Amino acid sequence: MVGRAQHPISRRRRPPTARIVSRTLIYLVLAVLALGFVYPIALMVIDAFKTTPEIFRQPFALPSRVGLETFREVWRRAHFGLYLRNSILVTGGSLLVLLACAAPSAYAIARYRFPARGLVFLFFLAGIMVPIRLGILPLYLLMKHLSLLDTPFSLIFTYAASGMPMSVFLLSTFFRALPGDLEDAARIDGCGEYRIFWSVMLPLVRPAVATVTIVNVVPWWNDFFFPLLFLQSNTWKTVPLGMQIFFGQHLTNWSLVFAGMLMASLPLLVVYLVMSRQFISGLTSGALKG
Amino acid sequence: MSARTWFRRHGHLIVFLAPGLLLYGLFMAYPLLTSLSYSLSDWHGLVRGGFAGLANFVKVLTAWPYNVRFWGALSHNALFFVMTFAIQSTLGLFLAALLSRKWRGFGIFQAAYFLPYTLSMVVVGFLWLLLLNPTWGAVAHGFKLVGLGGLVQPWLGQKSTALVAVILVNAWHWLGFPVLVFMAAIQGIPREFYEAGLVDGANEWQGFRFITLPLLLPSLAMMSILTFIWDFNAFELVFVMQGASGSPNYATDLLATYFYRTAFGDPTTGGEPGQIGLASAIGVLMLIIIGAASAFGVRFSQTSQTEY
Repeated sequence: MVGRAQHPISRRRRPPTARIVSRTLIYLVLAVLALGFVYPIALMVIDAFKTTPEIFRQPFALPSRVGLETFREVWRRAHFGLYLRNSILVTGGSLLVLLACAAPSAYAIARYRFPARGLVFLFFLAGIMVPIRLGILPLYLLMKHLSLLDTPFSLIFTYAASGMPMSVFLLSTFFRALPGDLEDAARIDGCGEYRIFWSVMLPLVRPAVATVTIVNVVPWWNDFFFPLLFLQSNTWKTVPLGMQIFFGQHLTNWSLVFAGMLMASLPLLVVYLVMSRQFISGLTSGALKG
Repeated sequence: MSARTWFRRHGHLIVFLAPGLLLYGLFMAYPLLTSLSYSLSDWHGLVRGGFAGLANFVKVLTAWPYNVRFWGALSHNALFFVMTFAIQSTLGLFLAALLSRKWRGFGIFQAAYFLPYTLSMVVVGFLWLLLLNPTWGAVAHGFKLVGLGGLVQPWLGQKSTALVAVILVNAWHWLGFPVLVFMAAIQGIPREFYEAGLVDGANEWQGFRFITLPLLLPSLAMMSILTFIWDFNAFELVFVMQGASGSPNYATDLLATYFYRTAFGDPTTGGEPGQIGLASAIGVLMLIIIGAASAFGVRFSQTSQTEY
């Protein structure tokens, strides 16, 4: 990776000192900018361990001692465990519903010929640029009539439905690229249509399933808009909504708020730091194909 | 062919397609399409009355104070997009062009720029609310530390700076994403193009200007559409940092916060009840603006597409 992928034009010979200076300058600019992006987050982490007076007096100093009491307090007072469970259930449930609906639909569109196939595909694609938020009023009344308000299902169905256009598009591209011989061979071996889909074709589009997962899970996990509208009682609140309310109530206790922010961000931060490569390639391929 | 034979032969299609069509049709297509009919109706609370024609639209666009709020919010969204677009197509493109050389250690920079994007808007909003606090915030402390304490202002509390501050916070959160997308696009450009440029005596800047930039146009256009859609839907950051009415005095009010107040009542000002017809009209106007912009952008990105 080093050197090989260099910009061809930049390899032109220049006086060595000029090259060293320009290289150093580029690194310096990139490092200063990187600091601008990372430092606020680092401050959040550092301040989460400090007391409020400490944060006020010396915002840039390291904490005088490292204790976990603040985090325990947030966990207890903010019902953090409950919100975390809800966020996991909602995100996981949405992903299950989305994949269960998008994968078979994409497969049918990609691998079978039937009348109105183009129309069905167009119907799914039409939503790719339209944010579901713009239909929030009818959606809200629909959830009300179905008695789904204040349940996790209101979020699960909304998220899964809004993920359909992009997911059907991505998955159908992958399904279409699979060789037809595979299907024929399986059919000769006596596989039914469902078996072919489940045991032969679906395992082959795993990279697309991973992309669909990353592209959707991040915004779902962080979403604040739909929980704000759909959930009233505390029982099903997710982390962003629960923390927004908690922060609003304790805005003068900065130590508590910083600790809460760190706790709310930690799950995705850890996933991102551990697998940033997959994360990044998943998100960019999702955006480029979209 | 009897119904049973037909089902035996084609039933799997229904099994494959029905769940997806039902989910997407019921929870996405239906609400989006119905919001149009909502906007054309009279509403009494949650009960729909008769056909109202364009009355809701006329009221939003011309009757005080709805029109002032609407045009104000629209102009704020426009500034939101213009500033974000300017930042991502200069700073973002610059970073992507540098990073795409993949020198040693660039992976770390790339990961750093993208880090804020993983945070929830709730966290981003509260983090900057505290950092930008004029008395205790780290930004004010930093200004004082370098002897610029006189420049410290209540950035989020005064009309002249609040919206720009929110837009910059949003750019901080968002920028890593366009950088990634531009980088992927630059790396997709065949190296032979640059080698040919080298033979013709092009310098680095000319290589960027006459090879990279033209080939990047489709990605720039795609990204601009995404940014436009996102910025004309922006809600969370203003709601978290400035409240549902976009304080101070509606200076940071956006179409989405205006829509939210109109639809669900305003908890911050004693709760005027929700007005579904008016809110739907705002929503449909947003849909039209976004639809027109994406159609234009998609067309532009297709005409500037190059295959290689």
